[in-house]
Amino acid sequence: MNEAFFQTFWISIKLASLTTIILFCAGIPIAYFLTYSSFRLKVILQAFVSMPLVLPPSVLGFYLLLAFSPNYWFGNFFNQYLGIRLAFSFPGILIGSIIFNLPFMVNSIQTGFSNLPVSLKDASYTLGKSRLTTIFRVLLPNIKPALLTGVCLTFAHTIGEFGVILMIGGNIPGKTRVASLAVYDEVQALNFDMANKYAIFLFLFSFVVLVFIYSVNREYLKWKRF
Amino acid sequence: MEEVLIDLHVRKKIHTNNGIEVLDIHLRIPQYDLVTLFGKSGVGKTTLLRIIAGLTQPDSGYIKVGDEIWYDSTQAINVKPQQRNIGFVFQDYALFPNMTVKEQLLYASSQKETWYISELLDVFHLKGLCNRKPEKLSGGQQQRLAVARALARKPQILLLDEPLSALDTETRYMLQHEILQAHKNFQATTLLVSHDIDEVYTLSDFVYVIGNGKIKKQGKPGDVFDSTKIKTDIQLVGVILYIENNILTVSVNNTITKIIFPIEEIENLKINDKILITAKATHPVIRKLTNEELL
Repeated sequence: MNEAFFQTFWISIKLASLTTIILFCAGIPIAYFLTYSSFRLKVILQAFVSMPLVLPPSVLGFYLLLAFSPNYWFGNFFNQYLGIRLAFSFPGILIGSIIFNLPFMVNSIQTGFSNLPVSLKDASYTLGKSRLTTIFRVLLPNIKPALLTGVCLTFAHTIGEFGVILMIGGNIPGKTRVASLAVYDEVQALNFDMANKYAIFLFLFSFVVLVFIYSVNREYLKWKRF
Repeated sequence: MEEVLIDLHVRKKIHTNNGIEVLDIHLRIPQYDLVTLFGKSGVGKTTLLRIIAGLTQPDSGYIKVGDEIWYDSTQAINVKPQQRNIGFVFQDYALFPNMTVKEQLLYASSQKETWYISELLDVFHLKGLCNRKPEKLSGGQQQRLAVARALARKPQILLLDEPLSALDTETRYMLQHEILQAHKNFQATTLLVSHDIDEVYTLSDFVYVIGNGKIKKQGKPGDVFDSTKIKTDIQLVGVILYIENNILTVSVNNTITKIIFPIEEIENLKINDKILITAKATHPVIRKLTNEELL
C-alpha cells in the first residue's frame, strides 16, 4: 500500500460521490417528467437517457472528447467563461460519468414513480397541495427503495467505470487515474501484485454494495406485505 | 327551492366498452344535498367526478360553483384542483403509505386546527389508531380515514367515488350510516358515485341515472327506480349446499337456511346450483336489528 494507491482510490470515491449527488438532484426532475408528462416527444428524451446502456463507452468517450476540445462550443464555453479545461481533467471525467450513469439513476427513480398509484398524486392535489409539496411530502417518501437503488447503482457503477474515463481522462496519475484504470495499468506494467490489490478492493466493494441494496429492498418489501 | 350550488354542463369524449362515447351531462345540485350518480360501471361516473375535481379536463362546457366559475371552455377558464374547495374520496382510498392516520389529517388540513382534527378522529372512530399507518388498518378503517381526510380541508363539496364497493356487507351498512352522519355534521354538499341501489336508497336525497353518456333519469330515489326495479316480492339468490328428501339446505348471504319444497320440483336441482328464492313482501315479519347483530 502506498500513497499512489490511496490517491487513486480517493479519486475514484470523489468521482463516484460527486456523480451520485449531482445525478440524484438532476435525476428526480427528469424521472418525474418521464413518468407524468403527456408530452409526445418524451420518448426521445427517454431514448437519450437510456443510450449509455447500449452504446459502447468508447463511442460516448470519443464524442465527449471532441465536445470537450476548445475547438467546439461546449469545450470553448467551459474554457473561456469558467476557465476549466475539460479534456484530460477531473471536471471532464465528472461530466463523462454523469452522462454515462444517467440511466442507472433515472430509470431506478422512474420505476419507483410509475409503481405508485396515480391516485396518490391526485389525492394530494385535491387536498390543495402544490406539485412541489406533493413531490416532497408524498411521492418521494414513498419511493425510498427506488431512490436508494438509484444512488447505490450509480455510485457502484461509477467506481467500476472504465472505457469513458480512459477515453476522456487519459489515465493521469493523481488527476484522472481511477482504481479501475489502475488495474489495467498495473497489468500492462506486469505488476500483478499491485493489480491484484486494486482488483480485490473493487471486487469486495461492488459485492458489498449489491448485498446492501438487495437486503434493504428485501426488508422494505417484507414490511410492505403486512 | 334551495339554492343551487353546483351548476354544470360538460361534454367529454370517453372510452367505454361500446367504443368512444360522448359524455354530455347537465347537473344542478342544491347546497347541502347528498346526490348520487348512479349507473353501470364504465358509463363515465368517475370521469364526471374527476371533471368536477379538476383532475380531468372536459372537452367543452362550464362548471359553476356558487358565484365562482371553475371551468368555462368559452372563456378558457380552468381552475386548478388545488384551488377548488373539494374533498375527494378515491375508490382505492389513495391513502399515503408514509403517513400515520394523524399525519394524513394534518397534511390535509390547511389551518392545522387541532380541535377540528380531533373531532374528525372522534366522529370516524379513529382516535385509538392515530399513530398507525394505512397498511395496519382494516378496510373499513381505511375507508373512514379516506373520508375524514377529505373532510379535513373543510370542503364545500365532497366527492365520493364508490367509497364502499370494496367492503363486506356489514361494514358497508355501518359506514353508510357514518357517511350520512358526517354529511349532516359537516354540511358539505355531497356527490356520491354508486352502482348499488341499496346505497342510493339509503344515502341520497336525489339521484341522477347515467347511461349512454346522458342523464337518463333524475329524481328522488323512490321515483326514479320504477316498478321494474322495485318489486313487491323479496328476492334472494342462494346456493344449494345439500338436498335431503324435500328439504334444501341453502346458503343465502352467508346464512344457512333450510327450505321445504315439493319433491317433484326438487328433482331437477342439484348441489351447487344457484337458485332465486322469491317470497311475497306482504306482511313479512320484520324486526329492527340490535347493535350486536349489526357488528
